[in-house]
Amino acid sequence: MSNKVFNIIVPVISVILGLIAGAIIMLLSGHNPISGYAALWNGAFGDSYTIGETVRRITPLMLTGLAIAFAFRTGLFNIGAEGQVIVGWLAAVCVGLYIDAPMYIHLPLAIIAGALAGALWAFVPGILKAKLGVHEVIVTIMMNYIALYSVNEIIRTVLTDGETTSATIAPTASLASEWLQSITFYSRIHYGFLIALFAAVLMWFIIDRTSIGYELKSVGFNPHASKYAGMNVNRNIVLSLVISGSFAGLAGVMEGLGTYGNISVMGGFTNLGFDGIAVALLGANNPLGVVLAAILFGTLKEGAGEMPTSAGVPTELVDIIIALIILFVASGYIIRWAILRFKKEEK
Amino acid sequence: MKSKKLLLVAFILGLGLFLAACGGATEEEGNETNTEKNDETTSEAGNAADYKVAMVTDYGGVDDKSFNQSSWEGIQAWGEENGLEKGVNYDYAQSTEKADYMPNLTRFVRDEYNLILGIGFELKEDLQTAAEQYPDTNFALVDDIVDAPNAASITFREEQGSFLVGVAAAMKTNTNKVGFVGGMRSPLIDKFESGFVAGVKSVNPDIEVDVQYAESFADPAKGKLIAANMYDNGVDIIYHASGGTGNGVFNQAKDVKQNDPEREIFVIGVDRDQYDEGAIGNHNVTLTSMVKRVDVAVQDVINRGVNGEFPGGEQLVYGIEEDAITIASTNEEAMTEDIISAVEEWEAKILNGEVEAPATPDELETFLESL
Amino acid sequence: MEYVVEMLNIRKEFPGIVANDNITVQLKKGEIHALLGENGAGKSTLMNVLFGLYQPEKGEIRVNGKAVKITDPNVANDLGIGMVHQHFMLVEPFTVTQNIVLGKEPTNKFGKIDIARARKEIQELSDRYGLKVDPDAKISDISVGMQQRVEILKTLYRGADVLIFDEPTAVLTPQEITELMEIMRSLTKEGKSIILITHKLKEILETCHRCTVIRKGKGIGTVDVAETDANELASLMVGREVSFKTEKTKATPKQSILEINNLYVRDSRKVDLVKGLDLNVRAGEIVGIAGVDGNGQTELIEAITGLRKVREGKVMLNSKDITNHSPRKVTEAGVGHIPQDRHKHGLVLDYSIGENIVLQTYYKKPYSKAKVLNYKEIFQKAEKLIKEYDVRTPSVHTKARALSGGNQQKAIIGREVDRSPDLLIAVQPTRGLDVGAIEFIHKKLIEERDKGKAVLLVSFELDEIMNVSDRIAVMFDGKIVASRTPEETNEQELGLLMAGSKTEKAGDKE
Repeated sequence: MSNKVFNIIVPVISVILGLIAGAIIMLLSGHNPISGYAALWNGAFGDSYTIGETVRRITPLMLTGLAIAFAFRTGLFNIGAEGQVIVGWLAAVCVGLYIDAPMYIHLPLAIIAGALAGALWAFVPGILKAKLGVHEVIVTIMMNYIALYSVNEIIRTVLTDGETTSATIAPTASLASEWLQSITFYSRIHYGFLIALFAAVLMWFIIDRTSIGYELKSVGFNPHASKYAGMNVNRNIVLSLVISGSFAGLAGVMEGLGTYGNISVMGGFTNLGFDGIAVALLGANNPLGVVLAAILFGTLKEGAGEMPTSAGVPTELVDIIIALIILFVASGYIIRWAILRFKKEEK
Repeated sequence: MKSKKLLLVAFILGLGLFLAACGGATEEEGNETNTEKNDETTSEAGNAADYKVAMVTDYGGVDDKSFNQSSWEGIQAWGEENGLEKGVNYDYAQSTEKADYMPNLTRFVRDEYNLILGIGFELKEDLQTAAEQYPDTNFALVDDIVDAPNAASITFREEQGSFLVGVAAAMKTNTNKVGFVGGMRSPLIDKFESGFVAGVKSVNPDIEVDVQYAESFADPAKGKLIAANMYDNGVDIIYHASGGTGNGVFNQAKDVKQNDPEREIFVIGVDRDQYDEGAIGNHNVTLTSMVKRVDVAVQDVINRGVNGEFPGGEQLVYGIEEDAITIASTNEEAMTEDIISAVEEWEAKILNGEVEAPATPDELETFLESL
Repeated sequence: MEYVVEMLNIRKEFPGIVANDNITVQLKKGEIHALLGENGAGKSTLMNVLFGLYQPEKGEIRVNGKAVKITDPNVANDLGIGMVHQHFMLVEPFTVTQNIVLGKEPTNKFGKIDIARARKEIQELSDRYGLKVDPDAKISDISVGMQQRVEILKTLYRGADVLIFDEPTAVLTPQEITELMEIMRSLTKEGKSIILITHKLKEILETCHRCTVIRKGKGIGTVDVAETDANELASLMVGREVSFKTEKTKATPKQSILEINNLYVRDSRKVDLVKGLDLNVRAGEIVGIAGVDGNGQTELIEAITGLRKVREGKVMLNSKDITNHSPRKVTEAGVGHIPQDRHKHGLVLDYSIGENIVLQTYYKKPYSKAKVLNYKEIFQKAEKLIKEYDVRTPSVHTKARALSGGNQQKAIIGREVDRSPDLLIAVQPTRGLDVGAIEFIHKKLIEERDKGKAVLLVSFELDEIMNVSDRIAVMFDGKIVASRTPEETNEQELGLLMAGSKTEKAGDKE
């Protein structure tokens, strides 16, 4: 019981500490922290529009967080979520554009296409690690760049004729909901958050309830013992990255079928994949934790937009404050980890 | 394990309830704001003090030393002229990624700004959506076309200015090799590239133009790398149309100059007079800049709005004629009399219609064939 | 008599456990004092209290007669107490000298590290105590034994008068153990005092002056080593009579279970390490493979279990060819494997004991149905096994990492034996365990034999081979060079055979 209380108290205290540190910085630079945080709150939950936008922003972060957490749980570091997001986005939009079908076929097809594209993008580093022992971090980073630049070129040459944005997908492939938008004052909220929540449940189920997850975790913890016990270590490496990649691909689907309904040439990474690393770490690689961490992260990011306009806090300062809050939450885990480790040694 | 399941279910339920509750509250709120705004726009035309203007940057940020900054300078100048206060009558919102555009635009709508400017073609889709959703607010998009009765499109004839800096580059080059660094391939940057190449070739068709794209408007490291390769390959003048990426081009030029002050290499700036970026010791590597007076255009649109003549649905095109495209001659040492007179000669040809600067790769092709 | 260090009535509690309950240890100047106890008895906790890593709830520590409070290891260092840890704390790419001065770098008057001076001091220390350490060697290039000496030098360099050795022989070869004992004697001759944490009776009898016994956190007493023997020490430690000679009836071997013909196996550098090996293990017998480490034993076992490719030759189980089958197929064909390295190969330390129990069977009914795990069945099975095999763990949900070595090994043996394999392979099954656990494991191996299973035992300890095996196969240079029964041979002969010398007996290979 005490451990459960501990699990809740540590992150809460960390968030409070982060907020206090941010307040001190605002005070030192001559801004009013109360109006600053009021702006942050209003920016995230001030009215139904911002709530809708906050949910929209949380949705893909949950999925990239799950993607990275899944790989982490099996001992792999998938830095390639970024690239998997981009190819997932492209694949979903392509299906949305070029296939004509009723919604009950079209939408699932587009979603699956995005997940598969992400999976394929993660399969490459997986197979390279399994067969040749190439470290997945290096390959996934490279795959990010390949995804970014190839997708940009495909948008310009295949999807359009030299334009920077594709056409809008057919409504039968769209996750957007007029009803949701109407109750949130035209925010871009879409049904994707249900997919994200479902993905979290799915990850929990695979990791904690199935023999597949048992094997994946085992290989992550100790590949040698797993091999001795008769598991196919290489197959599990590939499988883990493929599942991770399909989660990341789904994050791209959220953007392609939900938020934007199209795909544009990107001037740089979406950062969804990289933020997903922080989300996974904050969430301690646990599905419920990832969901909560994505909510925290998305809220901070969305609310921060309001701080410069209504509280006069410069954007750069806002970034520092967000970073501090995350730092404190992360060090909360470090503290807890340290305490647990200490306890373990005592035994 | 059971408790985890329960938590999740509770969470989903909670979220659903929460959303439903918000949904109920919103419709009233939305209606209120809409009616309020209607009153305002109709009653208060003609008085700058009651007019609120805001701009949303693209991810270059407000201090990009390029068109975001220039737009903001235009708004600031308008504000100061009328003795207005930042944060009350005029403001900006900075976007760090694509996902920020929409909330930023909407925020200003909800804060009841009369005119909201989106800076950069990146904002095209989001501004279009916003304009359709909020027909009572006026919008303007810089650098691309929107189609809505309450939105104005502000575009520039960058190909004209690019043509003229091309002329200057052709006159200045010693190696007969010049370079062009673009941010991202797009119809907008095509105007810069086509105009520039046409200008260079009009003076001397034998000059080689090395065209490279950085695939980013915010990656100075990439800009520096491309510039380093170009200068190593004998290019002596680089024209950049790449926003923040161009800072890397300047850095590389200055590095080369520092190591070898005798070497004659230059950068041509874009959007603003980038003379200050080129200073290194007693030298300056900025030959000239293709100045795009976004501030002039922005102020023009604001004033029309204040006077109740907002050009909603119109496509405004600003060029040499409107004094919105000019060529900087701050670097007097580098921009010799010869060059200036040649530039003026071609400028006159463009103004009287004798020469039409090409704005797309296709037009460029036709133009080059006609030389 | 004056004591250099006294720990009086020390009590240390952890949530739910009393690790040390009223323990008193008094160390005389110039003596080697053993701290004897089973794994998990509380020896390491007690020494961590002395070294300042833990604070005791009760009791007093005196150094040279004065009461002191040791709040952290730096205080311990200042008081002249140094610790040689079981797991070395060395920086591999650094030289010996760099490692020793780390954290206490000597500087010249300009504040620059004076490595030459340090090197000279270290050389002197090394010569004085006969450590024979090369101050310029890189840690990654020297043997484990040498690394341990570097740890000893580290404490001496920091001015330690009292040295604590935490199970120092666990990682050493027999030769290195002898040398270490010599070093410890020369240290005490120079006036140093030593506390030796161990559970090996032989070491205590050979080198120590006195011995304090701890059992389940309680101090049992201190005895003069000269006035005791192994039996007394063992029963003090375990709390009951311990038999050193394993009791067993004569084997009644039946049909052949494992047959290996002309086997060639390469190591990871593509060199043949098993070179044309023949071996036969029958149902109802224990075959012990004796040999010096590195003569192909590891490769042989990995080849049988499918973990390493067989280059040439055949492995037959119950007359079926299992050559180059996958580990899972080999397991399913009826092979159990107790691996040499239980942390690396035997267990997933971050899994609970329950999860480790099904490491090979998780995918089968009843533990798993349509890929969905049935944790109820898994933990029920685990409950049953930990009772049967006397695995001492707070619960089946405890992580394997938290268990002592002996209990981890019992869990592995429980898991492997419970599957009732026709062939049970045990590699160094008692390494690092205390006498109680060793006795238990040997009994289990013999029980399996008596049930008519074939057992293949690989051990580098001749005692174990002689005690447990029904037949001894001596392995040298990738081949079985001789086969003996324990009755017809002795340790001298086996030692010679293991070193590659020939003795007279028909049927021996080259």
